[in-house]
Amino acid sequence: MAGAHAASTDPNALSWYEATARQRVVALADPGSVQEFLPPTERRMSPHLPLFDLPRAFDDGIVVGRAKLDGKTVLVAAQEGRFMGGAFGEIHGAKLVGLLRAALTLKPAAVLILFDTGGVRLQEANAGETAIAETMRAIVDVRAAGIPVIGLIGGRAGCYGGGGLIAGTCSRLAVSEGGRISVSGPEVIETNKGAEEFDSRDRALVWRTMGGKHRRLIGGADVFCADTVSAFRQAALDLIGRAPAFDLATLEAEQARLESRIERFGDCRDATDIWARLGVNDPEAVPAMATRAFDETVSRVREADHDAR
Amino acid sequence: MTLAEILAGLFPQGHSVTVRDGLVTGGGPFADKKLHVVGVDGDTPLGVDGALVLSRAVLDAVRAGDKTPILVVVDSDSQRMSRRDELLGLNECLAHLAKALLLADRSGHPTIGLIYGHSAAGAFIATALATRILAALPGANPSVMDLPSVAKVTKLPLDKLQEMAKSTPVFAPGIDNMVATGAVHVVLDPAKPLDGQIRDLITNLQPGDHRDRLGEERGGRPVARGISAAVITQAGRG
Repeated sequence: MAGAHAASTDPNALSWYEATARQRVVALADPGSVQEFLPPTERRMSPHLPLFDLPRAFDDGIVVGRAKLDGKTVLVAAQEGRFMGGAFGEIHGAKLVGLLRAALTLKPAAVLILFDTGGVRLQEANAGETAIAETMRAIVDVRAAGIPVIGLIGGRAGCYGGGGLIAGTCSRLAVSEGGRISVSGPEVIETNKGAEEFDSRDRALVWRTMGGKHRRLIGGADVFCADTVSAFRQAALDLIGRAPAFDLATLEAEQARLESRIERFGDCRDATDIWARLGVNDPEAVPAMATRAFDETVSRVREADHDAR
Repeated sequence: MTLAEILAGLFPQGHSVTVRDGLVTGGGPFADKKLHVVGVDGDTPLGVDGALVLSRAVLDAVRAGDKTPILVVVDSDSQRMSRRDELLGLNECLAHLAKALLLADRSGHPTIGLIYGHSAAGAFIATALATRILAALPGANPSVMDLPSVAKVTKLPLDKLQEMAKSTPVFAPGIDNMVATGAVHVVLDPAKPLDGQIRDLITNLQPGDHRDRLGEERGGRPVARGISAAVITQAGRG
């Protein structure tokens, strides 16, 4: 199993972006604590992909299980962006839904979702879309039961489509430079609306518009992480301790927060215009900033931290 | 059926529902109480601005605390695809709308979706799919992506996809396939009075999320329920 190898990898050195889903889970958790449900040995594979002459994965591109984090029991799901872009198929989605429903009786300290997804798997589109809706309902049930649901975003597929909506349903989010959070991907916007609306080959534009730094600055994520497993572990521990309740007060506060964002920045053409209005001294310098300098910048932006999610 | 026809059928005594920029809000007297209506009309794409108009209406209803039912009527495009929407956090705004509807449900408001036209992708997830029970009218056409676009992404010829679509509900657009996967609970009868059919849905509302069981029974999502149940079983073992 890939996990056995990853267990010996130094979490301080292991890149979240480069790691596989199973490596992330094993290195994130306390050593030797991961217990996977429906592991690859059970070979629960997509019944639909053979129709499209596509290869299948023994785990359908997602790892779900139980682990310890600083001695506390957590449930964890990790999408594998290297298989079908981490997209939601029937089994992939059902494993996440099952994990969240299990949380209601197991009452773990938190549920961690390690996003790495392009959204719905088109070959199983209706099943994937429905599973995303089931996941969002299940997350709300888990949060309302007082269990934090924490999203960790830094994988190569980013967090797109329905994955972006699920992320917005979580209690808290940590994101790295490589993590992108968005609904429509750059190629989707370009295909539908033209390159003058969004030039998907302009990678700097993609990172500015959808990347981790922009999301952190506007309050779309709660922690900005360096691209190491240990940074994500630290972020998860921090966020579990300060998850907002799921109630009317939280959603009223989120309504006000999002309305205020659109009122203040709705006429901005580029992320750098928004950063300037947020009070960032040198917006052009943000993309190249190292984590510590960026954290200092964030600490001066009032909109970045809130309990309104 | 048009929105005007739907509203006439729901509210024989009149209503206060208005449509502005394709966004539907309002309500009317219904079955001795009231029925709130929110939604999207006219194949309108749902962006950050629209999502927050609808979520505000839903949260206003929750704050009133009267547990009145909320009907989410949908004839939308997909999410609005633009640089501005993504810049402003469309994922947060759509998720916020879905959370508002899920909070309303938890707070005792029956939430019923009614799809009578198109809907797709993020707009569908944030509206109709965030209700407790989703009904459709014949002619409704929900999709994740149209077949020509699926052909482009999957690099399969369109005629082959059209052939596969006839026997495989899991990927093909259309109301029958969304019924088969369990996402749409029931297709209403346009020949019968609409108010009675919606009232019956509200009266018979079941707790919990039964979409995977329906998908298994109807054959459109053959394995999802068993998989989620197996995860729960394995998670329950020490």
